[in-house]
Amino acid sequence: MDILYLLVPLSVILVFFILGGLWWAIYRGQFEDIESEGERILKDS
Amino acid sequence: MIFPNSLATTYNDKVVRQFAVMTVVWGVVGMLVGVIIAAQLTWPELNLGISFLSYGRLRPLHTNAVIFAFGGCGLFASAYYVAQRTCHVRLFSDKLAAFTFWGWQLVILSAAISLPMGFTEGKEYAELEWPIDILITLVWVSFAIVFFGTIGTRKVKHIYVANWFFGAFILAVALLHLVNSAAIPAGYMKSYSAYAGVQDAMIQWWYGHNAVGFFLTAGFLGMMYYFIPKQAERPVYSYRLSIVHFWALIFTYMWAGPHHLHYTALPDWTQSVGMVFSLILLAPSWGGMINGIMTLSGAWHKLRDDPILRFLIVSLSFYGMSTFEGPMMSIKTVNALSHYTDWTVGHVHSGALGWVGLVTMGSMYYLIPRLFGQKKMHSVKAIEIHFWTATIGIVIYIAAMWIAGVMQGLMWRAINADGTLTYTFVESVKATFPFYVLRLSGGLLYLIGMVIMLWNTIMTATSGRSVTVTIPAPVAPAHA
Repeated sequence: MDILYLLVPLSVILVFFILGGLWWAIYRGQFEDIESEGERILKDS
Repeated sequence: MIFPNSLATTYNDKVVRQFAVMTVVWGVVGMLVGVIIAAQLTWPELNLGISFLSYGRLRPLHTNAVIFAFGGCGLFASAYYVAQRTCHVRLFSDKLAAFTFWGWQLVILSAAISLPMGFTEGKEYAELEWPIDILITLVWVSFAIVFFGTIGTRKVKHIYVANWFFGAFILAVALLHLVNSAAIPAGYMKSYSAYAGVQDAMIQWWYGHNAVGFFLTAGFLGMMYYFIPKQAERPVYSYRLSIVHFWALIFTYMWAGPHHLHYTALPDWTQSVGMVFSLILLAPSWGGMINGIMTLSGAWHKLRDDPILRFLIVSLSFYGMSTFEGPMMSIKTVNALSHYTDWTVGHVHSGALGWVGLVTMGSMYYLIPRLFGQKKMHSVKAIEIHFWTATIGIVIYIAAMWIAGVMQGLMWRAINADGTLTYTFVESVKATFPFYVLRLSGGLLYLIGMVIMLWNTIMTATSGRSVTVTIPAPVAPAHA
Protein backbone atom coordinates (compact mmCIF):
# COMPACT_ATOMS: atom_id res chain seq x y z
CA MET A 1 0.00 0.00 0.00
CA ASP A 2 2.67 2.45 -1.05
CA ILE A 3 -0.06 4.82 -2.12
CA LEU A 4 -0.74 5.64 1.54
CA TYR A 5 2.69 7.30 1.61
CA LEU A 6 1.16 9.81 -0.77
CA LEU A 7 -2.39 10.03 0.58
CA VAL A 8 -1.65 10.20 4.32
CA PRO A 9 0.93 13.02 4.09
CA LEU A 10 -1.39 14.78 1.66
CA SER A 11 -4.17 14.64 4.24
CA VAL A 12 -1.85 15.95 6.97
CA ILE A 13 -0.76 18.85 4.76
CA LEU A 14 -4.39 19.51 3.96
CA VAL A 15 -5.35 19.59 7.64
CA PHE A 16 -2.64 22.20 8.27
CA PHE A 17 -3.89 24.13 5.26
CA ILE A 18 -7.46 24.06 6.61
CA LEU A 19 -6.20 25.04 10.08
CA GLY A 20 -4.44 27.97 8.43
CA GLY A 21 -7.73 29.00 6.82
CA LEU A 22 -9.57 28.77 10.13
CA TRP A 23 -6.78 30.72 11.85
CA TRP A 24 -6.96 33.44 9.19
CA ALA A 25 -10.74 33.67 9.47
CA ILE A 26 -10.69 33.95 13.25
CA TYR A 27 -7.88 36.50 13.53
CA ARG A 28 -9.14 38.61 10.63
CA GLY A 29 -12.36 39.13 12.54
CA GLN A 30 -14.53 37.07 10.20
CA PHE A 31 -16.53 35.68 13.09
CA GLU A 32 -17.19 38.86 15.08
CA ASP A 33 -20.87 39.67 15.25
CA ILE A 34 -21.72 36.71 13.06
CA GLU A 35 -25.45 36.47 13.59
CA SER A 36 -25.97 39.84 11.85
CA GLU A 37 -24.04 38.51 8.83
CA GLY A 38 -26.79 36.00 8.17
CA GLU A 39 -29.30 38.84 7.84
CA ARG A 40 -27.17 41.00 5.60
CA ILE A 41 -27.72 38.92 2.47
CA LEU A 42 -31.47 39.42 2.72
CA LYS A 43 -31.06 43.13 1.96
CA ASP A 44 -29.40 42.63 -1.43
CA SER A 45 -31.22 42.25 -4.72
CA MET B 1 -3.80 47.62 -5.79
CA ILE B 2 -7.04 48.46 -7.61
CA PHE B 3 -8.42 45.82 -9.93
CA PRO B 4 -10.73 46.92 -12.76
CA ASN B 5 -13.59 44.79 -11.47
CA SER B 6 -13.76 46.75 -8.23
CA LEU B 7 -14.49 49.93 -10.21
CA ALA B 8 -17.40 48.37 -12.11
CA THR B 9 -20.88 49.53 -11.12
CA THR B 10 -22.80 46.51 -12.38
CA TYR B 11 -22.71 42.76 -11.77
CA ASN B 12 -21.64 40.32 -14.46
CA ASP B 13 -24.85 38.36 -14.80
CA LYS B 14 -24.26 37.33 -18.40
CA VAL B 15 -22.15 34.33 -17.47
CA VAL B 16 -24.57 33.43 -14.67
CA ARG B 17 -27.44 33.53 -17.17
CA GLN B 18 -25.55 31.32 -19.62
CA PHE B 19 -24.70 28.74 -16.99
CA ALA B 20 -28.23 28.81 -15.51
CA VAL B 21 -29.88 28.09 -18.86
CA MET B 22 -27.39 25.34 -19.69
CA THR B 23 -28.03 23.75 -16.27
CA VAL B 24 -31.62 23.15 -17.36
CA VAL B 25 -30.67 22.03 -20.88
CA TRP B 26 -28.02 19.56 -19.68
CA GLY B 27 -30.41 18.39 -16.97
CA VAL B 28 -32.85 17.22 -19.63
CA VAL B 29 -30.07 15.59 -21.69
CA GLY B 30 -28.39 13.83 -18.75
CA MET B 31 -31.66 12.55 -17.31
CA LEU B 32 -32.83 11.38 -20.73
CA VAL B 33 -29.68 9.25 -21.06
CA GLY B 34 -30.40 7.99 -17.54
CA VAL B 35 -33.88 6.89 -18.57
CA ILE B 36 -32.48 5.21 -21.69
CA ILE B 37 -29.97 3.15 -19.73
CA ALA B 38 -32.60 2.29 -17.11
CA ALA B 39 -34.67 0.92 -19.99
CA GLN B 40 -31.63 -0.99 -21.30
CA LEU B 41 -31.18 -2.65 -17.92
CA THR B 42 -34.81 -3.71 -18.05
CA TRP B 43 -34.80 -4.77 -21.72
CA PRO B 44 -31.18 -5.39 -22.84
CA GLU B 45 -32.31 -5.61 -26.49
CA LEU B 46 -32.53 -1.81 -26.40
CA ASN B 47 -28.76 -1.77 -26.95
CA LEU B 48 -29.93 -2.36 -30.55
CA GLY B 49 -26.61 -4.01 -31.29
CA ILE B 50 -25.05 -0.61 -31.90
CA SER B 51 -21.76 -0.20 -30.06
CA PHE B 52 -22.13 3.48 -29.21
CA LEU B 53 -25.61 2.88 -27.80
CA SER B 54 -24.48 0.08 -25.52
CA TYR B 55 -25.01 0.38 -21.78
CA GLY B 56 -21.30 0.37 -20.96
CA ARG B 57 -20.74 3.50 -23.04
CA LEU B 58 -23.95 5.33 -22.22
CA ARG B 59 -23.69 4.86 -18.47
CA PRO B 60 -20.58 7.07 -18.07
CA LEU B 61 -22.25 9.54 -20.43
CA HIS B 62 -25.24 9.66 -18.05
CA THR B 63 -23.11 10.15 -14.92
CA ASN B 64 -20.88 12.76 -16.56
CA ALA B 65 -23.86 14.63 -17.98
CA VAL B 66 -25.83 14.83 -14.75
CA ILE B 67 -22.89 15.42 -12.40
CA PHE B 68 -20.59 17.65 -14.42
CA ALA B 69 -22.91 19.17 -17.02
CA PHE B 70 -26.16 19.64 -15.05
CA GLY B 71 -24.64 19.88 -11.56
CA GLY B 72 -21.47 21.61 -12.78
CA CYS B 73 -23.28 24.36 -14.69
CA GLY B 74 -25.57 24.86 -11.68
CA LEU B 75 -22.55 25.24 -9.44
CA PHE B 76 -20.80 27.68 -11.78
CA ALA B 77 -23.98 29.77 -12.04
CA SER B 78 -24.63 29.90 -8.33
CA ALA B 79 -20.98 30.37 -7.28
CA TYR B 80 -20.66 33.34 -9.66
CA TYR B 81 -24.02 34.78 -8.60
CA VAL B 82 -23.58 34.31 -4.85
CA ALA B 83 -19.98 35.57 -4.80
CA GLN B 84 -20.97 38.79 -6.56
CA ARG B 85 -24.13 39.40 -4.51
CA THR B 86 -22.52 38.71 -1.15
CA CYS B 87 -19.27 40.56 -1.90
CA HIS B 88 -20.86 43.57 -3.66
CA VAL B 89 -18.35 43.43 -6.48
CA ARG B 90 -18.30 42.39 -10.14
CA LEU B 91 -16.67 39.09 -11.10
CA PHE B 92 -12.88 39.37 -11.07
CA SER B 93 -12.50 38.90 -14.82
CA ASP B 94 -15.22 38.91 -17.47
CA LYS B 95 -12.94 37.30 -20.04
CA LEU B 96 -11.88 34.44 -17.80
CA ALA B 97 -15.48 33.95 -16.70
CA ALA B 98 -16.54 33.69 -20.35
CA PHE B 99 -13.69 31.24 -20.91
CA THR B 100 -14.96 29.04 -18.06
CA PHE B 101 -18.40 28.97 -19.70
CA TRP B 102 -17.27 28.09 -23.22
CA GLY B 103 -14.47 25.84 -21.96
CA TRP B 104 -16.87 23.90 -19.75
CA GLN B 105 -19.36 23.47 -22.61
CA LEU B 106 -16.49 22.17 -24.75
CA VAL B 107 -15.59 19.66 -22.02
CA ILE B 108 -19.21 18.48 -21.97
CA LEU B 109 -19.37 18.25 -25.74
CA SER B 110 -16.11 16.27 -25.87
CA ALA B 111 -17.52 13.91 -23.25
CA ALA B 112 -20.73 13.49 -25.24
CA ILE B 113 -18.70 12.50 -28.30
CA SER B 114 -15.78 10.56 -26.85
CA LEU B 115 -17.65 8.42 -24.29
CA PRO B 116 -20.09 6.80 -26.78
CA MET B 117 -17.10 6.23 -29.09
CA GLY B 118 -15.59 4.15 -26.31
CA PHE B 119 -12.72 6.41 -25.23
CA THR B 120 -12.34 6.03 -21.47
CA GLU B 121 -9.74 5.99 -18.74
CA GLY B 122 -11.93 3.41 -17.01
CA LYS B 123 -12.13 5.40 -13.78
CA GLU B 124 -15.63 5.97 -12.45
CA TYR B 125 -16.65 9.65 -12.62
CA ALA B 126 -13.23 10.41 -14.16
CA GLU B 127 -13.60 8.56 -17.46
CA LEU B 128 -12.59 11.39 -19.77
CA GLU B 129 -9.31 10.86 -21.63
CA TRP B 130 -6.21 12.94 -21.00
CA PRO B 131 -6.66 15.75 -23.58
CA ILE B 132 -10.10 16.50 -22.05
CA ASP B 133 -8.55 16.25 -18.58
CA ILE B 134 -6.13 19.01 -19.54
CA LEU B 135 -8.99 21.21 -20.73
CA ILE B 136 -10.83 20.57 -17.45
CA THR B 137 -7.71 21.67 -15.57
CA LEU B 138 -7.49 24.92 -17.56
CA VAL B 139 -11.17 25.71 -17.01
CA TRP B 140 -10.92 24.87 -13.33
CA VAL B 141 -7.87 27.07 -12.73
CA SER B 142 -9.71 29.93 -14.46
CA PHE B 143 -12.76 29.24 -12.28
CA ALA B 144 -10.55 29.46 -9.18
CA ILE B 145 -9.00 32.73 -10.37
CA VAL B 146 -12.39 34.29 -11.09
CA PHE B 147 -13.94 33.08 -7.84
CA PHE B 148 -11.10 33.83 -5.44
CA GLY B 149 -10.31 37.06 -7.29
CA THR B 150 -13.89 38.14 -6.68
CA ILE B 151 -13.68 37.20 -2.99
CA GLY B 152 -10.30 38.94 -2.73
CA THR B 153 -11.65 42.21 -4.15
CA ARG B 154 -14.88 42.14 -2.10
CA LYS B 155 -16.43 45.31 -0.73
CA VAL B 156 -18.01 43.53 2.23
CA LYS B 157 -15.60 42.57 4.98
CA HIS B 158 -17.30 39.36 6.01
CA ILE B 159 -17.12 36.40 3.63
CA TYR B 160 -20.60 34.86 3.63
CA VAL B 161 -20.64 31.18 4.61
CA ALA B 162 -21.85 30.00 1.17
CA ASN B 163 -18.61 31.33 -0.33
CA TRP B 164 -16.54 29.19 2.04
CA PHE B 165 -18.38 26.12 0.76
CA PHE B 166 -17.88 27.17 -2.88
CA GLY B 167 -14.21 27.90 -2.20
CA ALA B 168 -13.60 24.52 -0.56
CA PHE B 169 -15.40 22.82 -3.44
CA ILE B 170 -13.22 24.54 -6.05
CA LEU B 171 -9.92 23.83 -4.29
CA ALA B 172 -10.75 20.24 -3.35
CA VAL B 173 -11.97 19.33 -6.83
CA ALA B 174 -8.75 20.77 -8.31
CA LEU B 175 -6.65 18.60 -6.00
CA LEU B 176 -8.76 15.47 -6.60
CA HIS B 177 -8.71 15.89 -10.36
CA LEU B 178 -4.95 16.42 -10.52
CA VAL B 179 -4.08 13.42 -8.34
CA ASN B 180 -6.62 10.93 -9.70
CA SER B 181 -6.27 11.78 -13.38
CA ALA B 182 -2.47 11.49 -13.38
CA ALA B 183 -1.81 9.26 -16.38
CA ILE B 184 0.81 8.44 -18.98
CA PRO B 185 -0.51 9.24 -22.47
CA ALA B 186 -0.12 6.39 -24.94
CA GLY B 187 -1.55 8.05 -28.00
CA TYR B 188 -3.94 10.82 -28.83
CA MET B 189 -6.96 9.39 -26.93
CA LYS B 190 -5.35 6.66 -24.84
CA SER B 191 -3.54 6.71 -21.53
CA TYR B 192 -2.54 4.53 -18.61
CA SER B 193 -3.14 5.50 -15.00
CA ALA B 194 -0.05 6.51 -13.04
CA TYR B 195 -1.12 4.00 -10.39
CA ALA B 196 -1.66 0.25 -10.58
CA GLY B 197 -3.78 -2.42 -8.92
CA VAL B 198 -5.06 -1.75 -5.43
CA GLN B 199 -3.08 1.52 -5.30
CA ASP B 200 -5.13 2.72 -8.23
CA ALA B 201 -8.33 1.55 -6.53
CA MET B 202 -7.44 3.47 -3.38
CA ILE B 203 -6.70 6.65 -5.35
CA GLN B 204 -9.83 6.18 -7.43
CA TRP B 205 -12.12 5.99 -4.39
CA TRP B 206 -10.24 8.66 -2.52
CA TYR B 207 -11.20 10.72 -5.57
CA GLY B 208 -14.63 9.18 -6.02
CA HIS B 209 -15.92 9.74 -2.55
CA ASN B 210 -14.37 13.15 -2.17
CA ALA B 211 -16.02 14.10 -5.44
CA VAL B 212 -19.29 13.21 -3.69
CA GLY B 213 -18.15 15.20 -0.69
CA PHE B 214 -16.85 18.31 -2.34
CA PHE B 215 -18.53 18.45 -5.75
CA LEU B 216 -21.94 17.03 -4.82
CA THR B 217 -22.07 18.16 -1.19
CA ALA B 218 -19.93 21.20 -0.36
CA GLY B 219 -20.77 23.02 -3.59
CA PHE B 220 -24.50 22.42 -3.27
CA LEU B 221 -24.41 23.35 0.43
CA GLY B 222 -23.12 26.72 -0.77
CA MET B 223 -26.27 26.95 -2.90
CA MET B 224 -28.41 25.86 0.04
CA TYR B 225 -26.97 28.46 2.44
CA TYR B 226 -27.73 31.28 0.02
CA PHE B 227 -30.92 30.36 -1.79
CA ILE B 228 -32.92 28.97 1.16
CA PRO B 229 -32.56 32.16 3.24
CA LYS B 230 -33.25 34.28 0.14
CA GLN B 231 -36.33 32.35 -0.91
CA ALA B 232 -37.65 32.08 2.66
CA GLU B 233 -36.74 35.73 3.30
CA ARG B 234 -35.29 34.74 6.65
CA PRO B 235 -31.66 34.47 7.78
CA VAL B 236 -30.23 30.99 8.14
CA TYR B 237 -31.47 29.44 11.43
CA SER B 238 -28.07 29.60 13.14
CA TYR B 239 -25.26 31.36 11.34
CA ARG B 240 -22.91 30.11 14.06
CA LEU B 241 -23.90 26.51 13.31
CA SER B 242 -23.35 27.06 9.59
CA ILE B 243 -19.74 27.98 10.31
CA VAL B 244 -19.26 24.95 12.56
CA HIS B 245 -20.89 22.87 9.80
CA PHE B 246 -18.38 24.10 7.25
CA TRP B 247 -15.22 23.54 9.26
CA ALA B 248 -16.37 20.21 10.70
CA LEU B 249 -17.29 18.93 7.25
CA ILE B 250 -14.04 19.81 5.54
CA PHE B 251 -11.87 18.63 8.45
CA THR B 252 -13.47 15.19 8.46
CA TYR B 253 -14.36 14.45 4.85
CA MET B 254 -11.15 13.31 3.19
CA TRP B 255 -10.97 9.71 4.47
CA ALA B 256 -14.38 8.25 3.77
CA GLY B 257 -13.30 6.80 0.40
CA PRO B 258 -12.11 3.33 1.54
CA HIS B 259 -15.73 2.37 2.35
CA HIS B 260 -16.10 1.79 -1.41
CA LEU B 261 -13.49 -0.97 -1.10
CA HIS B 262 -14.77 -3.06 1.81
CA TYR B 263 -13.71 -6.73 1.64
CA THR B 264 -11.28 -6.09 -1.22
CA ALA B 265 -7.48 -6.31 -1.41
CA LEU B 266 -7.29 -3.00 0.46
CA PRO B 267 -5.74 -3.55 3.94
CA ASP B 268 -8.40 -4.27 6.54
CA TRP B 269 -7.38 -1.37 8.78
CA THR B 270 -7.68 1.09 5.88
CA GLN B 271 -11.22 -0.14 5.27
CA SER B 272 -11.99 0.38 8.97
CA VAL B 273 -10.56 3.91 8.85
CA GLY B 274 -12.88 4.64 5.93
CA MET B 275 -15.83 3.26 7.87
CA VAL B 276 -15.07 5.29 11.01
CA PHE B 277 -14.67 8.54 9.08
CA SER B 278 -17.90 7.84 7.21
CA LEU B 279 -19.73 7.41 10.52
CA ILE B 280 -18.23 10.63 11.89
CA LEU B 281 -19.62 12.49 8.87
CA LEU B 282 -23.16 11.93 10.10
CA ALA B 283 -22.69 14.68 12.69
CA PRO B 284 -21.76 17.67 10.50
CA SER B 285 -24.14 16.51 7.76
CA TRP B 286 -27.14 16.44 10.05
CA GLY B 287 -26.06 19.68 11.72
CA GLY B 288 -26.22 21.37 8.34
CA MET B 289 -29.45 19.67 7.34
CA ILE B 290 -31.22 20.74 10.55
CA ASN B 291 -29.80 24.25 10.20
CA GLY B 292 -31.21 24.58 6.69
CA ILE B 293 -34.65 23.18 7.50
CA MET B 294 -34.97 25.18 10.74
CA THR B 295 -34.41 28.35 8.71
CA LEU B 296 -38.15 28.04 8.11
CA SER B 297 -38.91 27.88 11.83
CA GLY B 298 -41.78 30.25 12.51
CA ALA B 299 -42.55 30.48 8.80
CA TRP B 300 -43.61 26.96 7.96
CA HIS B 301 -46.72 28.26 6.27
CA LYS B 302 -44.53 29.45 3.40
CA LEU B 303 -44.13 25.82 2.37
CA ARG B 304 -47.85 25.70 1.67
CA ASP B 305 -47.86 28.03 -1.29
CA ASP B 306 -44.24 28.39 -2.39
CA PRO B 307 -43.21 25.46 -4.59
CA ILE B 308 -39.63 26.78 -4.92
CA LEU B 309 -39.17 26.66 -1.17
CA ARG B 310 -40.62 23.17 -1.21
CA PHE B 311 -37.94 22.09 -3.70
CA LEU B 312 -35.25 23.49 -1.42
CA ILE B 313 -36.58 22.10 1.85
CA VAL B 314 -37.39 18.65 0.48
CA SER B 315 -33.89 18.54 -1.02
CA LEU B 316 -32.57 18.93 2.51
CA SER B 317 -34.70 16.08 3.80
CA PHE B 318 -33.20 13.88 1.08
CA TYR B 319 -29.77 15.18 2.09
CA GLY B 320 -30.57 14.09 5.65
CA MET B 321 -31.80 10.70 4.48
CA SER B 322 -28.84 9.91 2.29
CA THR B 323 -26.27 11.19 4.80
CA PHE B 324 -27.83 8.83 7.34
CA GLU B 325 -28.05 5.93 4.92
CA GLY B 326 -24.46 6.45 3.68
CA PRO B 327 -22.75 6.02 7.05
CA MET B 328 -24.97 3.01 7.79
CA MET B 329 -23.97 1.39 4.48
CA SER B 330 -20.31 2.08 5.22
CA ILE B 331 -20.50 -0.21 8.29
CA LYS B 332 -18.75 -3.37 7.13
CA THR B 333 -21.44 -5.81 8.18
CA VAL B 334 -24.15 -3.78 6.46
CA ASN B 335 -21.90 -3.33 3.45
CA ALA B 336 -21.48 -7.10 3.21
CA LEU B 337 -25.15 -7.18 2.30
CA SER B 338 -25.48 -3.96 0.32
CA HIS B 339 -22.30 -3.86 -1.76
CA TYR B 340 -22.65 -4.57 -5.50
CA THR B 341 -26.45 -4.58 -5.17
CA ASP B 342 -28.96 -2.02 -6.44
CA TRP B 343 -29.25 -0.67 -2.90
CA THR B 344 -26.11 1.33 -3.69
CA VAL B 345 -27.77 2.66 -6.84
CA GLY B 346 -30.82 3.62 -4.77
CA HIS B 347 -28.63 5.38 -2.21
CA VAL B 348 -26.76 7.34 -4.85
CA HIS B 349 -29.99 8.46 -6.48
CA SER B 350 -31.58 9.44 -3.19
CA GLY B 351 -28.63 11.83 -2.90
CA ALA B 352 -28.43 12.75 -6.58
CA LEU B 353 -32.10 13.13 -7.51
CA GLY B 354 -33.27 14.11 -4.03
CA TRP B 355 -30.54 16.37 -2.74
CA VAL B 356 -28.44 17.61 -5.67
CA GLY B 357 -31.27 17.64 -8.21
CA LEU B 358 -33.94 19.31 -6.12
CA VAL B 359 -31.64 21.92 -4.55
CA THR B 360 -30.34 22.84 -8.03
CA MET B 361 -33.83 23.07 -9.50
CA GLY B 362 -35.04 25.19 -6.58
CA SER B 363 -32.05 27.51 -6.88
CA MET B 364 -32.48 27.84 -10.65
CA TYR B 365 -36.19 28.62 -10.20
CA TYR B 366 -35.06 31.44 -7.89
CA LEU B 367 -32.35 32.64 -10.28
CA ILE B 368 -33.82 32.37 -13.77
CA PRO B 369 -36.66 34.92 -13.45
CA ARG B 370 -34.29 37.40 -11.80
CA LEU B 371 -31.71 36.95 -14.55
CA PHE B 372 -34.35 37.77 -17.17
CA GLY B 373 -35.88 40.74 -15.38
CA GLN B 374 -39.00 38.88 -14.30
CA LYS B 375 -40.64 38.72 -10.89
CA LYS B 376 -41.32 35.00 -11.10
CA MET B 377 -41.19 32.08 -13.50
CA HIS B 378 -43.62 32.08 -16.45
CA SER B 379 -45.80 29.48 -14.73
CA VAL B 380 -45.78 28.89 -10.97
CA LYS B 381 -48.28 26.10 -11.50
CA ALA B 382 -45.69 24.32 -13.66
CA ILE B 383 -43.15 24.56 -10.82
CA GLU B 384 -45.74 22.94 -8.59
CA ILE B 385 -46.30 20.11 -11.10
CA HIS B 386 -42.54 19.71 -11.51
CA PHE B 387 -42.16 19.42 -7.76
CA TRP B 388 -44.69 16.61 -7.47
CA THR B 389 -43.52 14.63 -10.53
CA ALA B 390 -39.92 14.87 -9.31
CA THR B 391 -40.71 13.93 -5.71
CA ILE B 392 -42.97 11.01 -6.61
CA GLY B 393 -40.40 9.88 -9.18
CA ILE B 394 -37.63 9.83 -6.57
CA VAL B 395 -39.72 7.91 -4.05
CA ILE B 396 -40.63 5.24 -6.62
CA TYR B 397 -37.01 5.05 -7.78
CA ILE B 398 -35.38 4.65 -4.39
CA ALA B 399 -38.04 2.37 -2.92
CA ALA B 400 -37.68 0.03 -5.93
CA MET B 401 -33.90 0.00 -5.56
CA TRP B 402 -34.03 -0.58 -1.81
CA ILE B 403 -36.23 -3.62 -2.22
CA ALA B 404 -34.23 -4.89 -5.21
CA GLY B 405 -30.93 -4.34 -3.40
CA VAL B 406 -31.82 -6.10 -0.17
CA MET B 407 -33.40 -8.92 -2.17
CA GLN B 408 -30.28 -9.36 -4.30
CA GLY B 409 -28.02 -9.26 -1.23
CA LEU B 410 -30.09 -11.92 0.51
CA MET B 411 -30.31 -14.12 -2.59
CA TRP B 412 -26.56 -13.97 -3.21
CA ARG B 413 -25.71 -14.99 0.35
CA ALA B 414 -28.39 -17.70 0.73
CA ILE B 415 -26.76 -21.10 1.22
CA ASN B 416 -28.27 -24.58 1.25
CA ALA B 417 -27.66 -27.03 4.10
CA ASP B 418 -24.97 -28.75 2.02
CA GLY B 419 -23.07 -25.47 1.53
CA THR B 420 -24.04 -24.81 -2.08
CA LEU B 421 -25.58 -21.52 -3.21
CA THR B 422 -29.38 -21.48 -3.13
CA TYR B 423 -29.70 -19.16 -6.13
CA THR B 424 -27.76 -18.74 -9.33
CA PHE B 425 -26.85 -15.15 -10.21
CA VAL B 426 -29.23 -15.07 -13.12
CA GLU B 427 -32.12 -15.97 -10.80
CA SER B 428 -31.45 -12.77 -8.87
CA VAL B 429 -31.40 -10.81 -12.14
CA LYS B 430 -34.74 -12.30 -13.10
CA ALA B 431 -36.22 -11.49 -9.69
CA THR B 432 -35.07 -7.87 -10.10
CA PHE B 433 -37.00 -7.33 -13.35
CA PRO B 434 -40.18 -5.78 -11.84
CA PHE B 435 -38.07 -3.38 -9.79
CA TYR B 436 -36.18 -2.31 -12.90
CA VAL B 437 -39.53 -1.50 -14.52
CA LEU B 438 -40.51 0.51 -11.42
CA ARG B 439 -37.18 2.32 -11.39
CA LEU B 440 -37.62 3.20 -15.04
CA SER B 441 -41.04 4.70 -14.34
CA GLY B 442 -39.66 6.70 -11.40
CA GLY B 443 -36.84 8.01 -13.56
CA LEU B 444 -39.26 8.81 -16.35
CA LEU B 445 -41.38 10.91 -13.98
CA TYR B 446 -38.27 12.77 -12.86
CA LEU B 447 -37.33 13.43 -16.51
CA ILE B 448 -40.84 14.68 -17.30
CA GLY B 449 -40.49 17.19 -14.45
CA MET B 450 -37.22 18.38 -15.94
CA VAL B 451 -38.79 18.81 -19.38
CA ILE B 452 -41.53 20.94 -17.77
CA MET B 453 -38.75 23.02 -16.21
CA LEU B 454 -37.10 23.48 -19.62
CA TRP B 455 -40.40 24.66 -21.10
CA ASN B 456 -40.93 27.04 -18.17
CA THR B 457 -37.38 28.36 -18.55
CA ILE B 458 -37.78 29.00 -22.28
CA MET B 459 -41.10 30.79 -21.69
CA THR B 460 -39.58 32.92 -18.92
CA ALA B 461 -36.48 33.76 -20.93
CA THR B 462 -38.30 34.65 -24.14
CA SER B 463 -40.87 36.85 -22.43
CA GLY B 464 -38.17 38.58 -20.39
CA ARG B 465 -34.99 40.39 -21.28
CA SER B 466 -31.39 40.30 -20.08
CA VAL B 467 -31.13 42.80 -17.26
CA THR B 468 -28.09 44.49 -15.76
CA VAL B 469 -28.13 44.83 -12.00
CA THR B 470 -26.37 47.75 -10.30
CA ILE B 471 -24.07 47.02 -7.39
CA PRO B 472 -25.32 48.67 -4.16
CA ALA B 473 -23.27 51.70 -3.12
CA PRO B 474 -20.88 50.93 -0.27
CA VAL B 475 -22.25 51.75 3.15
CA ALA B 476 -19.83 53.32 5.62
CA PRO B 477 -19.11 50.82 8.41
CA ALA B 478 -20.88 51.68 11.66
CA HIS B 479 -17.71 51.93 13.71
CA ALA B 480 -15.77 54.14 11.28
